[in-house]
Amino acid sequence: MLWTEGFDIPLRGFNPWTNLLRFEDEMNRLLSRFTFPSVSEFPPVNIWENEQEAVVTAEIPGIDPKAIDISIVGKTLVLSGSREPENVKEEESYHRRERWYGKFTKSIELPFPVESDKVEARFAKGILTVKLPRAEADKPKKITVKSA
Amino acid sequence: MIEKTKETQKKPAHETEGVERTRAAQIYRPDVDIIEKKDSILLIADMPGVDEKTVDITLEKDILTIYGRVDVDVADNLELVHREYGTGDYQRIFTISDEINRDGIKATVKNGILQLLLPKAEVAKTKKIPVHAET
Repeated sequence: MLWTEGFDIPLRGFNPWTNLLRFEDEMNRLLSRFTFPSVSEFPPVNIWENEQEAVVTAEIPGIDPKAIDISIVGKTLVLSGSREPENVKEEESYHRRERWYGKFTKSIELPFPVESDKVEARFAKGILTVKLPRAEADKPKKITVKSA
Repeated sequence: MIEKTKETQKKPAHETEGVERTRAAQIYRPDVDIIEKKDSILLIADMPGVDEKTVDITLEKDILTIYGRVDVDVADNLELVHREYGTGDYQRIFTISDEINRDGIKATVKNGILQLLLPKAEVAKTKKIPVHAET
C-alpha cells in the first residue's frame, strides 16, 4: 500500500487529498497485478487436498529423480536432495548466474495424517508430484441419524 | 564456494510493448545461467513443466526468444491449500550478436531444463596473435 500512513480520512467538503487518494487507489489497482506468492525455500511447493488425499507438487528442475529423498514422519513430509552446479572448466566463465543450486531439505506440514505405505511419487518435466492418501482412521465419517 | 540463498521466487516476465496475450496464464521469466565456453555459449534455463513439445525457440534477426507452455495437470477435485509457486508459461528474450553461428544452435530439454548451445562463429573464436620480435 502506498501512503496509508500519516493522515486520516478528512471531513467532507474541501479535501486537498482527494486527488491523492484517488491516485493511491489507482496505483494499488495497477500494482495488484504484480502480486506473487511469498518467497519460499528451494524447492517451492504447492499443496492440494480433498477429503481423501493430499497432493504435494514441487518444482525441482534438472534433478535426477533417483536422487530425491522422500520421507514421512507423522504429519510431516520431508524432501531432500541436491542440485549440482554446471561443471565449469577453467577457461570457461559465467556471464549470468541466476539458477539456484546446492543441498536442500524441505519439511512440509501436511493437513492430516497419511497412509505412509501408500504414498506415490512421480517425477516428470522437472516437477515432483507426491500423492498422499489420508489415513483411514482420520477420514471424516458420515453419521446417519436413525429415526426412532 | 559461497552458498547462495535457497530462497526462490518466480518472477513475472516483462510484458512486450503493444502485444496482447490470448492465453490467460501468467508468464514467468525463467532463471538462466549463461556460460561462455571456448567454442560456444551455453544457456541453461529452469523451466519446470515444459518438455520438448511445449518449448518454442525462435530467432529473428538478433532476437532470440525462448517460450515454454505449461499445462496444469492436477485433478479437478483437489483444492489448492498452500501455494509457493504459480503455474504459467515462460518467456525470455535475448539479443545475440553476429559472433554466434546461427545455423548451429542446438536445443535440448530434459527434466524441466532447457539447454541451448550457441556455437561461436569462426571469426569470433579467440585468435592468438603471434608477436614477432623485431630483428
